[in-house]
Amino acid sequence: MPIRITVPMSRQEARNLKAGDSCLLTGTIYTARDAAHKRLCEAIAQRKELPFDIRDACIYYVGPTPTKPGQAIGSAGPTTSYRMDAYSPSLIALGQTGMIGKGRRGPEVVDAMKEHGAVYFGAIGGCGALLSKCVRKSVVIAYDDLGAEAVRKIEVEDFPVTVIIDSLGNNLYEAGRAAYLASLE
Amino acid sequence: MREITSEQIVEAVSRLCIEANCCLPQDMKDCIDCCSQCEPWAPAREILGHIIENYHIAEERCQPICQDTGVACVFMEVGQDVHVNGSMADAVNEGVRKGYAEGYLRKSVVGDPIERINTGDNTPAAIYWDIVPGDRLSVTVAPKGFGSENMSQIKMLKPSDGLQGVKDFIVKVVEDAGPNPCPPIVVGVGVGGTFDQCACAAKKALLRPVDRRNADPKYAALEEEMLEKINALGIGPQGLGGKTTALAVNIEPLPTHIAGLPAAVNISCHVTRHKTEVL
Repeated sequence: MPIRITVPMSRQEARNLKAGDSCLLTGTIYTARDAAHKRLCEAIAQRKELPFDIRDACIYYVGPTPTKPGQAIGSAGPTTSYRMDAYSPSLIALGQTGMIGKGRRGPEVVDAMKEHGAVYFGAIGGCGALLSKCVRKSVVIAYDDLGAEAVRKIEVEDFPVTVIIDSLGNNLYEAGRAAYLASLE
Repeated sequence: MREITSEQIVEAVSRLCIEANCCLPQDMKDCIDCCSQCEPWAPAREILGHIIENYHIAEERCQPICQDTGVACVFMEVGQDVHVNGSMADAVNEGVRKGYAEGYLRKSVVGDPIERINTGDNTPAAIYWDIVPGDRLSVTVAPKGFGSENMSQIKMLKPSDGLQGVKDFIVKVVEDAGPNPCPPIVVGVGVGGTFDQCACAAKKALLRPVDRRNADPKYAALEEEMLEKINALGIGPQGLGGKTTALAVNIEPLPTHIAGLPAAVNISCHVTRHKTEVL
């Protein structure tokens, strides 16, 4: 049975999750990818206020397609996460507790997750049409000039994700593959 | 000389951008369906089920299968007896501009790779030109997402590396890519040619249906052997373990120099899209 999680979530809630857990996220999350992460970290360096409260926040690495009339959002699947590795440790240190993306993360991100209490969720890459059905509302709140890369505040309901890396550093990419290969022996 | 108007090209490219992004080719659907039935690992079967559900939803709602609607790779095979009024490249770009606006497709192109300002209309397209005999013009639009493009590699192997060197390189690229390019993937391989021809052959290999092997039995056998090796890695759908890491390996060989053995591997995701119209 999937674990239902309300987002934003606390560091303690993040620490309770284990790699391999299937979760359904409901609540408010923020979208940001390459260019937005660069700006967020520039704002931190310049001691400026961030466009949303980073404490307990969950960031979804996505650049959705334009919203058609009558829909809440366009197709909205995860982008590859390693491109955010340079920026994530600073955001985690300031209180970010969740990241949603796909693909591997670097050791600097995993170290920050362990130190502060954060999890890395995977959503199914290439399933943007399916995942868009779990988004109820989407509003651009910053960096509108970036187009698809603008920061959006989105309301999700039962958004399906899996814990890929937990706050102890356990990694489902390694464990899942090893379990499958062991099943062949 | 047969006249084709630039408006015909604009309309065709525009249509193809939308259709390619919303409807997965039948050979891809059949292959994914087939793999989901043969996949022995339950978590992997579940993921393949979601992938199938996703392409059905996209087609029903005429919505992009994936939010990365890509760089518009446009393959133009121009018959030498065709005449077009005006610039064909301008017509292709106008078609991309129109299709990406009207189809609510994402604009993912930045004009300068360092300054990184979005051009706002997904132009310019990546256009590949071929002059062919005849009086027809074939247009193929293949939107290419960059999650998988970023996992592609080229290597200038030595002739002494031989076939084994090529095989090892193909498997290494897939292993390096792991979960990042949204497996199950399609693996396009170019072998031989010059540096750039080799990469181009790898890209064009991705246009070949996944159920069609190379016409040369030697390369057809190599494709099958590589698929088997890749699917023994255990990476699986989304990299979470399983048999279905790749759907197909398409290899295109080219004549090359006595000193060289270039090999290029262009990775594409489970949303390997392309659609063709002949004018």
